[in-house]
Amino acid sequence: MNDIFADPEVLGTDNEALEPIKKVSIVVSKGSLEGVYPALIMANGARMEGIEASIFFTFFGLHAIVKKKMDKLKVATVGNPALCVPDAMGMPMPTLLGAIPGMSAFATHMMKAEMEKLDIPPVGEFIEMIHDAGAKIYSCKATVDMFKLKPEDFCPQMDRVLTVGEFYQLSAGAQIIFT
Amino acid sequence: MPVLELAGKSISFNDEGFMEDHTQWDENVAREIASKVGLEELTDRHFKVLQFMRKAYEENGTGPTIRALTKQSGIPTKELYELFPNGPAKKAARIAGIPKPQGCI
Repeated sequence: MNDIFADPEVLGTDNEALEPIKKVSIVVSKGSLEGVYPALIMANGARMEGIEASIFFTFFGLHAIVKKKMDKLKVATVGNPALCVPDAMGMPMPTLLGAIPGMSAFATHMMKAEMEKLDIPPVGEFIEMIHDAGAKIYSCKATVDMFKLKPEDFCPQMDRVLTVGEFYQLSAGAQIIFT
Repeated sequence: MPVLELAGKSISFNDEGFMEDHTQWDENVAREIASKVGLEELTDRHFKVLQFMRKAYEENGTGPTIRALTKQSGIPTKELYELFPNGPAKKAARIAGIPKPQGCI
């Protein structure tokens, strides 16, 4: 392999060459739209760079791989002090207004339209794309039991239900990212 | 700025190893870059991806997202990752003679 095509070395504080990341295990614990997308983008981005990736969905994050829920995730408009209208540089939105019925659906609609412009797929399609890219999709055993979910409730890309112990085992050699 | 002799042409690359001028590209140049990044053989399917990426770059000034690539070229995601293992977006852009992809998707 020729040198100019190799990835450039990244140096640490003592000028030593650092080891590139080879594997990531991403934990998704939130079920809001803004709680799920960063993990999906990071998992997909990892695969695009040739980095091994898996996503472990736990608690409400599990909604992202439940067939009936995955394409209905919403932006949290209550308890989200960074929320502005119509975008990040707009007027801040008081949390009290966020509680008005339909506000979450409206914010979600706005955000989805912006994401579509950037070619970011809907959750269902994104999960399929990430899975086809070779990433593994896992669900958390404790949450599956707590929510009383059955195998048929999940999207077909869900590879396995894992206990926490199995998750750590399969994360051998990985950087674990909690979102 | 590194210059390599590939398929009888002097091709200049930027510091990250992407071609400076995509019009210098031809299929033999692609084959030689490919062999340098570990792809010994380019099939018709590879060229279908490469041509699609070049067309998208010429039309939009930037390479396509993986989603656009798979949807519009008819090459499924799985196959794309098989054709260009270990990082399809960057690898295919490099072999297609276009700049490094700028998007996150």
